[in-house]
Amino acid sequence: MSDKTIVRPYGDMTGDGMVQVSFTLPLPHDKRAEGAAVQLANKMGIDPALVAHARAMGANYTFFVVYGRVNHLVDVARVDVVERDFPLLTSKEVNLAIKKKLLRRLVVVGACIGTDAHTVGIDAILNIKGFAGEKGLEYYRELKVVNLGAQVSVPQLVARAKLERADAILVSQVVTQRDAHILNTKEMSAAFKEAYPAAERPLLIVGGPRFEERQAADLGVDRVFTRGSTPAEVASYLVHACTREKSAATRKANT
Amino acid sequence: MTKRLRPRLDLDPQTVKRARALAREAGRPIVKLARQHTTVSVERATLRLAGLAGAEPDGTPLVNRLLDAVRSDVGLEHGVCLPVWDALSRQDTSDLQWLSSAAAAGEVRFRIPEGRDATRAKTAARRSVGAGLRRIDSRRRERERLVKRLGDPRQKPWIYLIVATGDIYEDIPQAQAAAREGADIIAVIRSTGQSLLDFVPEGATREGFAGTYATQENFRLMRAALDATSRELRRYVRLTNYASGLCMPEIATLAGLERLDMMLNDSMYGILFRDINPIRTFVDQRFSRQVHARAGIIINTGEDNYLTTADAVEAAHTVTVSQLLNEFFAREAGLENWQLGLGHAFEIDPAVPDSFRLELAHALLARTLFPDAPLKWMPPTRHMTGDVFRGYLLDGFFNLAGVLTDQDILLVGMMTEAVVTPWLSDRDLALQNVRYVVNAAGSLAEDFVPRPDGFIAQRSKQVLTESIDLLDQILEHDNGLLDAIADGTFGLMKRPADAGRGLEGVAQKARDYYNPATDLLDEDSAG
Repeated sequence: MSDKTIVRPYGDMTGDGMVQVSFTLPLPHDKRAEGAAVQLANKMGIDPALVAHARAMGANYTFFVVYGRVNHLVDVARVDVVERDFPLLTSKEVNLAIKKKLLRRLVVVGACIGTDAHTVGIDAILNIKGFAGEKGLEYYRELKVVNLGAQVSVPQLVARAKLERADAILVSQVVTQRDAHILNTKEMSAAFKEAYPAAERPLLIVGGPRFEERQAADLGVDRVFTRGSTPAEVASYLVHACTREKSAATRKANT
Repeated sequence: MTKRLRPRLDLDPQTVKRARALAREAGRPIVKLARQHTTVSVERATLRLAGLAGAEPDGTPLVNRLLDAVRSDVGLEHGVCLPVWDALSRQDTSDLQWLSSAAAAGEVRFRIPEGRDATRAKTAARRSVGAGLRRIDSRRRERERLVKRLGDPRQKPWIYLIVATGDIYEDIPQAQAAAREGADIIAVIRSTGQSLLDFVPEGATREGFAGTYATQENFRLMRAALDATSRELRRYVRLTNYASGLCMPEIATLAGLERLDMMLNDSMYGILFRDINPIRTFVDQRFSRQVHARAGIIINTGEDNYLTTADAVEAAHTVTVSQLLNEFFAREAGLENWQLGLGHAFEIDPAVPDSFRLELAHALLARTLFPDAPLKWMPPTRHMTGDVFRGYLLDGFFNLAGVLTDQDILLVGMMTEAVVTPWLSDRDLALQNVRYVVNAAGSLAEDFVPRPDGFIAQRSKQVLTESIDLLDQILEHDNGLLDAIADGTFGLMKRPADAGRGLEGVAQKARDYYNPATDLLDEDSAG
């Protein structure tokens, strides 16, 4: 069983290759449309394909449910997965992990720095309202979130980070004119490196649609989150990074 | 609307009375506070009523520019009307657009007029602003005529569907298609983050984040398109948007001017979920509710948010408390019962035993407490997992609970919630689900009489008792509701009155504060 590397979809018998798909074609519902659905299914490797259901949606669209045998094989040995280097946690797990390992709330200070007034990103991650149906970091009981909003200067951010004893700094940059997002981020990371001894520096996280994940080292930050990142990913990363680092524990001992 | 047999619980009238009295007691100081303050957005809404529209090439609306100029000369506390109409009369003009550019160029200095000058400014301001209110009145009459001619939806609940492409020119065909497929109400979701903008964007917009900006032009375009579709379908299709966030007074005003029919408008949502300053919110809230009252707009309150951020069983009473507060604030502002689309949602974890009975208990409690309000029933989101088949079943139960407890507005649940923004086929399947349940269940609500000592009746009473306890707890604070909001009595959010966004846009009214809009609207709500 476990060493079998070639598999097919399973309907009700091993190897039957049965799948079910549904899709819409921009065609009025008639015989030709059903033929078109079969053709698409065939091209997807489903052969024979059975149009189990077709329904007109308005005059110009038809919805199909198609069943059939797919002739593709899956080679499990050749599956290539890019693993996230930290586990994705639920909000409960995040809270529990912080409570257990940090023995206090984890403090996050967020801001849009420079002249960037686009708080969309930082608010999607921090506001309790959240983003794409996921609650923001404010929702997490064990996270203390300080959202400074837009157009925060780097010195202001550093000062507030110290005042709040921040574990992590979240900076959002949307505006990319003349590489403003890069320059602002580098200015920010440099300022934190100057203001803190290395072991005590809070985690620096930057996010925005135009960053690339691989840029982190170049920007002088610990992590970059790109377009489509969700609050849960950020929260999970925070737990991963802050509970792993000794610095967080040391700082606790000093307070 | 024909009088139908509403299902109801046998609640102790004294307990219900007490719940309302406590909500009133909690709400009254807030109303007082709201009347003592004004905000930049209330003043800008007043300028919009007087006809100032448009924006600079850089996108700054003229109302923002003019208000900022006034504020830097004489402050916000006198209101915008005295200095603006004084300046106009000194220049012997009534052209607000000219004044806004002259002010920006530094050609006009504002002052607070006194004596006869003040009287003259007030008269002129009242005339201009009154004209705006009369425009709203005529849009309301227009709606009433259209509803009379074309008719309301043929079934209850009314079917509410959302479009959200970010591009108004994509939204329009989608909204029209949704109406043809059976939607009675179209809601255009706003761009993420608009609630935190301290200005209303201008013109038709084609780029939004997970939604489309609320602008006057977008309102106008969509309403015109739905008017065409309403005529085609012989049924008046209603349009909904969001009067929330930092600009809610202005957006409410634009909604009235462009004949939107329903507006999301909750008394505390911005405070709790958007960290907007409490005073800013309460002042803006009251003004926007008054405008909605005048415009004949049905408000939709946001109680669903309490259940998406907390456990829907444990937090059930927070929904009731919020509904009672929203009812008090709405009635105080002159809204009639038929305008109170109080919200609640089907968000109990389906793994909880008796979850459906609990949902029925909660929904029936709202139905019984607010028999004349068009309750808005919102679908599961929190426990939609991406398993679309299971989601479809859950939505079916949601629809059944809605029909059984006689909800008025049903926000259609999508089985692809948490997966994609709804596809054409998702919407079609969702509407089939609603239609099947509505047809199959028929007037089942009339037969739905829970046993007086049964689970549903007991649970409803328990939630009502917990609501009264929470209201008591709010009133135990020195500063009532404000302190309760500050110390996190509502869920996890602590929102002190001296923090939050938009605080810098609040001013305590001076003795000579004058605003004909609030005066005229206050006359309405008193009457």
